[in-house]
Amino acid sequence: MTTLTVPTQPEQDHALRPVPWRRMGWVTWRQHRPTLISLPALLGAVAVFLWIAGLRVHHDYAALAACRPFSSSACQALNTSFSRTDWTMGNTIHIVLQLAPALIGAFAGAPLLARELETGTFRHAWTQGFGRERWAIAKLVLLAVAITAAAEAFSQVFTWFFQPFIGQQSLTVLSAGVFDTRGIDFAAWTLAAFTIGALAGMVIRRILPAMAVTLGAYLSLDLLTWLVLRPHYPLARVTSNPRLFSGQGSASSPWLLSTWWTGPGGRPANQAVVSRVLNLFPHNGPPTVNETPAQAFAQHGITQWWRYIPVSRFWPMQFIESGWLFALSVLLASATVWLVRRRAS
Amino acid sequence: MNVIEASGLGKRYGGTWAVRECALAIPAGHVAALVGPNGAGKTTLLNLAVGLAAPTAGIVTVLGGCSAGSPAALDGIAFVAQNTPLYKNLSAADMVHLTRNLNRRFDQGYAQDRLGELGIPLNRKAGHLSGGQQAQLALTLALARRPRLLVLDEPMAMLDPLARHDFMATVMTAVADDGVSVLLSSHVLAELERVADYLILMSAGRVQVAGEVDDLLACHRVLTGPAAEAGEYAERSCVVHARSGGALAHLLVRTSGPTDPVPPGWDAHPVSLEELSLAYLRAPGAAALPGPARIRNAERAEVAK
Repeated sequence: MTTLTVPTQPEQDHALRPVPWRRMGWVTWRQHRPTLISLPALLGAVAVFLWIAGLRVHHDYAALAACRPFSSSACQALNTSFSRTDWTMGNTIHIVLQLAPALIGAFAGAPLLARELETGTFRHAWTQGFGRERWAIAKLVLLAVAITAAAEAFSQVFTWFFQPFIGQQSLTVLSAGVFDTRGIDFAAWTLAAFTIGALAGMVIRRILPAMAVTLGAYLSLDLLTWLVLRPHYPLARVTSNPRLFSGQGSASSPWLLSTWWTGPGGRPANQAVVSRVLNLFPHNGPPTVNETPAQAFAQHGITQWWRYIPVSRFWPMQFIESGWLFALSVLLASATVWLVRRRAS
Repeated sequence: MNVIEASGLGKRYGGTWAVRECALAIPAGHVAALVGPNGAGKTTLLNLAVGLAAPTAGIVTVLGGCSAGSPAALDGIAFVAQNTPLYKNLSAADMVHLTRNLNRRFDQGYAQDRLGELGIPLNRKAGHLSGGQQAQLALTLALARRPRLLVLDEPMAMLDPLARHDFMATVMTAVADDGVSVLLSSHVLAELERVADYLILMSAGRVQVAGEVDDLLACHRVLTGPAAEAGEYAERSCVVHARSGGALAHLLVRTSGPTDPVPPGWDAHPVSLEELSLAYLRAPGAAALPGPARIRNAERAEVAK
């Protein structure tokens, strides 16, 4: 049997129609069914809990808000009880939620390619007619859409649940930790975490180390954004109107970024004088003079300035942050696909 | 048409070359056996051919000129990797459906009939099938794609003798029915003797022997004669491997053909594929690359440039 006749195939190869994209729908669903079922199920279960707990929180808060006069002992008791029970629960959920995108990235993103590489099944997947780049693109896009949509729906429920605490705890929608659980920011962070996980899995090729790196990378990025990037979004305003920054914080208080003083003629103020005036208004205790800080500064020809972002800039802030997170996600996903294309086994 | 053609092909991992300066042209219609010791570069060569790895040097084309890993190459080549990696948590039926979805062509009827004949339960998870069943499932998935070239990497390493026999029977049926070309790597020489009609022998990342088995057997023979004359004989002809037992020496020699005269006082015996392979594996310096002349011409042309 040295020579076998091979049926000569017509030269159709140059006009090969690629395998249709939609075929990856079933493949992705079947292979990632555990993720695609358990993640929405888990988020859904928490959402149901938030809804039930939220009804009570809203009820308690309505009673508190309607209580008059606010300084009465009955109202104060109501306020204390709200802080002790409702806020304890709300704050706990709120803190745990900060980790949710990182966990989604670690559990859904990191194993996506790391599992194929760790178990060797990529040798099966990447030698099929579909082609490995398209295979990777299809999986990344389908899972990213599903996960991002689930995260967005969930964040809407949480936003409703958390609303009473914003007023009661003197938070604003721009407060750290509040801003990134509402609007479209939570979904954007989840998408970013997923793509961080996918890339880490492709680079590291092992599930557990990839998960650990995903958590670390996500938390670093989160911290960096909170401490460094967010104050630099080009939305800040500058004012010397003291009314914006006097009195108790409220849900409409702007986010104060920095403050400084200028002397007569706009030159930098004498720091010794500024300190002396500030000492008249101790943090704890009544002011030692019968005037406002602005009046006290005015006597020395000093003006106080504030750099701040008003609450009304919430949506522009959301679009800026979600925008760069989305761009980052596209970049990370592209890098992942590029690595799939060029990975030498 | 050559199902695989390589020239100057090299693949380096870190500082070591897994495959280097590899020239090869395997014509279609063969069951080609890729033989060599562990670490010879067999898996790397196969990975290069199916497009899983990219060459560091040289080029490799498949199915008559498609570059390895191109859509046309992926479409026409089915690959069963070492240890037959399957999605362990997917059932046999799901594996069939998954593979079908990932290919332009898939013979669902063939796959189902074949699994039925083999008694592989469709609803059992691949991870719970026996080693032989997993190998058969992977092979069935590959053959149902109706490939023009089937590439198998150590397909029988994990199988017991009965499962090996069944596995090769499936392969040979496909060869007989569809004329699919096969390239399989193995270090089980005895298994290949029955099935392979083309041999590629690799050692230390290089192709040592390549050619049709009949041609190779025709131009090699074992000469048995007085050990005292062995040294003198070795100088005059091409001895691949010499072995002496007492007064007699056994020389495996390469000749120009079966009609080569036998020296007086010596006996000539035909050589088996296993003997031939072992002789070359024991003598990594020896090489027999009768392969198609056009490869050597091509190399010369490149040198001339």
